[in-house]
Parts: sequence; structure tokens; C-alpha cells
Amino acid sequence: MDVIVCVKQIPDPADPGEINPETKTLKRDVKLILDESDSYGVEYALQLVESAGGGSVTLVSMAPNNETSGLRTALAMGAESAMLISDDALQGSDALSTAKTLAAAIGRSNPDLVMAATESSDGYTGTVPEQIAALLDLPSVTFAKEITVGDGALTVKRQTEAGYDVVECPLPAVVSVTAGVVEPRYPSFKGIMAAKNKPVEELSCADLGIEPTAVGWAGGGQEILDIVEAPKREAGEKIEDEGDAHERIVAFLDELKVL
Amino acid sequence: MTLAKIWVYGEEANGTASANTLELITKARELATTVEVVVGGDGAAIAASVGEHGATTVHATGDLAGGMQGVHVGNAMAAAVAAGTGPDMFLLPTTYDGRDVAARLSVKLDATVITNVVDLIADGDRIVGVEPVFGGTIDVKTASTTANPPIMLVRPKSFTAEASGGGPAMVMPLALADAGAAGAAKTTEKFVEESDGPKLDEAAIVVSGGRGLGDADSYALIESLAKLLKGAPGASRAIVDAGWVPYSYQVGQTGKVVKPSVYIAVGISGATQHLVGMKGSKTIIAINKDAEAPIFGVADLGIVGDAHKVVPKLIEALEAKG
Repeated sequence: MDVIVCVKQIPDPADPGEINPETKTLKRDVKLILDESDSYGVEYALQLVESAGGGSVTLVSMAPNNETSGLRTALAMGAESAMLISDDALQGSDALSTAKTLAAAIGRSNPDLVMAATESSDGYTGTVPEQIAALLDLPSVTFAKEITVGDGALTVKRQTEAGYDVVECPLPAVVSVTAGVVEPRYPSFKGIMAAKNKPVEELSCADLGIEPTAVGWAGGGQEILDIVEAPKREAGEKIEDEGDAHERIVAFLDELKVL
Repeated sequence: MTLAKIWVYGEEANGTASANTLELITKARELATTVEVVVGGDGAAIAASVGEHGATTVHATGDLAGGMQGVHVGNAMAAAVAAGTGPDMFLLPTTYDGRDVAARLSVKLDATVITNVVDLIADGDRIVGVEPVFGGTIDVKTASTTANPPIMLVRPKSFTAEASGGGPAMVMPLALADAGAAGAAKTTEKFVEESDGPKLDEAAIVVSGGRGLGDADSYALIESLAKLLKGAPGASRAIVDAGWVPYSYQVGQTGKVVKPSVYIAVGISGATQHLVGMKGSKTIIAINKDAEAPIFGVADLGIVGDAHKVVPKLIEALEAKG
């Protein structure tokens, strides 16, 4: 079974940077890392290919400046190769432009399965996997918490408000995976060394037949009108626990009349 | 009125329209002359409640026979736009299915989706969405520039549902478009996970745990405290990612939005990701070892201390009170 996993390289959430007031986008001059959400998709893809008895796990990512540091992390986990789309024309891309770009790269091969996280940790639109499915005209299951591969089809447990649904989905398909459902492996030293020499195919919009005006700022169907400070919430009382802080909490809850 | 017609993607919960659906209809009344609802199903169960909140029509696809909401409802909405019978704007709740429908619709209409909207503002002849970034410290205002109707995904609890006293909405059929292979996924079974307490996003009191608990077993402290307070247990993304509790427990930007009367954060540092999901709470109590943790910046009562010392004593004191 051949799987393509969409991964995003994002600024470290511990140091998310700031908004550039000129372009109204996130400043991306910081080092990028593999979005932790994507480590679950990579891990699940590796496990599905192992249990299917063979196949490949390929990564696809869109990032500025041919950034590969996050991709190397996923390659070190065990993915075989990566496609990296990097092009100045992609700057300012919204979720739909991102989906079009990734779908164009994925569509060059015919994978059995496309996997992604449910949402990125920086943009969190949560729409890209389903948009990719629509662009490739494939069935999809989002918010998967468990995936079983059968004969030409998947059985997926899909998160719902009340519990979960069991969904039968023929392959090829797109599946987005919720965090925490598998334990992402730590890259071994051997894996990290091997990742340095794994193939990363660098692609431009022209390579994928994407019109530069269809993506990025030019293709984005939205206008950012304003960026303003949100109303702040004031902090209240702060005390050090001296062994009796629980009494203060009980008194506080009493004052709120919730007990 | 700014717009002539808004379509709200409606969802059913417990045999009636979901709270999210009614919140969106209520807000849409301010923005458009006509508010209508689209459902992937027969629509009968929600016609009365959406009508009472001001929707005049329910466009119902009829039974999807297990087919996914995203592809079937999204394609049906797009077909209506193509036929000239669609609305001037689509509003969808940020739910599992709401996101799928918006995503499929956006590809069919080649129109962007404006996501994570928490407010909608009339601006001349268009509607501007407001989206919080950086943990809600900054608001971004965005308008759609596509020729097709704008698509906005609105976060739960952004508006308060208010009835307008309307009669039941008229249920009209909405034609499905042939989805081909893309429509082949089918839900075969639905499982409801029983929980004895209130739902996380409806509870008056929420007690959430984070990494500061130290290990998965210590989450039992959170469950005990929540149960004593007749509240719901929640979690930070860090411990959901670590597999201590399921995704459905997650409070935050990528999880549930909660606005309880009291929110108790235990061992949660207050990453921006978490703050977005809970800082609308009426009162916030935080317990954390690190005196510099950002959670104290939003807490009405902050306890600098070890959760393993404070919480067991708190549980004991509450039990003693009866």
C-alpha cells in the first residue's frame, strides 16, 4: 500500500513569532519544525504500510525557502522520500490554495491513501484534507481515531460529538487523523543519519502546472482588512500554596455560589 | 439589511436543532432579510426549533443512506449556487461535519473558507468575519473577495441563541448532485459513548488537567474533582497528544470552546492554544507550580502550588462539606 502523508513545517509553537504588519502574514524567518500534529499521520502511515506487508510512505509539504528541517524529522521516523513545493508565488496562500498545491503534487502519482492531521497547529483551519479530497475527487473520512485496512477499503472510527461513527471507505481515499491516537516513534540515531540522504524532490508551481496567479496572494479569495488588539482579560488574586490553598478555593467557590 | 439571504448549515442533536445551529440563525437574522437552513437529512426534527429562531425554510437533502455530510451536502449547496437558487452567504458551525461541508463547498465554488470566525460585522454591502489569533490577543478582520457567496466557519458559542417566535420552517427538498467515487464512504454504525456527567461544552463547571499532573494516572484527580462539582472534565492539548485522554476532552483552539461559570485549570501552563478555548469562562481558577505560567494572566484566582498537594485536599474539603 502506497501512502502519501501531508506534513506542515511550522514555527516552533513555543516561539510562534509575530505578524508582519506590512503583509499581514506570520513572519516566517524563524526555524521551522515538523508540526507535532503531523507526527501522528506519519506514524499511522508507517504502521498501516507495515501491516499491509509492503508499500511506501511519501511525504508532501509546502514551505517557503526550500525548508526541509521538519521533513527530515519525518524522514528519520521512517518515511522513504518527500516532495517539497517551494515557490515565491505561494506566499500568502490560504487553505484552498494550499490544498490545490498539495493536490497537484499528490495527483502526479496514484497513492492508495492520502493522510493528514485534522488541522495544523499554526493555521488550524481544519479544511485542507477535505479540500484535497474534493480536488482529487476522492472519498474521505476526517477526524479518524482508528483505521483498519481491508480488501481495497478502510474501516475507520471517526470522532463525533457523541462518540464515534464506524465508516467504510473504499480506496483510494483521504483520511485525516486526530492527535494522540498512535504513539509517534522517536527517530533513532540510525534513522536520523539515514534521513540526511533520503530523496527530497523540490518542486515549483511551474513543475506542477500551477498558474502563479491561482495561488498565494493573487489567488487568495480573501482580504485582510484589519488587525487589532483583542480586549484583555484582567488577572485577579494570586497566592502561594502554604498547605491551605484548598481552603481559599472552597471559600472562592462559596462566594460564587456554585457549591 | 446587508444581505438578502443567508444559508446556515444545520445539524441535529438530541432530536432537535443543535445549539450551534440556533446560534448561527440568531446572528444571521441581523445580517440578512431571509435566513434558511440546509440539512443533510429529512429536516423534520429541526423545522420547529429553527423556525422559532427565525429560519423560514429548511432545505433538506433527504436521507443520505450513511453517506458523508461533507461531500453530499457540500455538493448540493454548490449545485444550488450554480442553478441560481443559492444564498448570498453560507454560515457553518466549526464542527466535525461543518468543516467537511465548508471544505467540499469551497472547492466546488472555488471560494476560500474564512475559518475560526467568532464575530460577524456588517460593513457596507458585505460581511466581515473576526478571527482571533495568538491565543486571542489579536483579532483579524477578514472579508471574502470571491464572486461566489462567501463561506464562513464560525466557532461554537460565538453568539447567544434567541428565539424570535417564528412558526415551524417549511421543509423543501434540496437536490443532491451525483458525487461519483468521492461519495462512496458510508457510515455503517454510530456509537454513543455514555458519560454520567454534563457535556464538556454545556457544563456550568469545567475542571481541566494538563501536563503538570505528571502522569496519565493522575488524571483521576481531575475526574473526581469534576464529579464532586457536578462539572465536566477537560484537558489541554498536551495530554490529549500524549494519549492520556481522548480528543473529545480537548479544550482549546483545536478542541472545544467552553464558557462555563467556573473553569478550573490544573497543571495547565496556558499555552495560547488553550487560552482561546476557555478565556470566555466567567470565572477562572488556576493551579500551577510555575508562578510565571501564562494561565495566571487570565485567572481570577491563581494558586501557585503542586496539583498533587492542592487537589486531594480540595477534594477532601468538598467531600466534608457534602
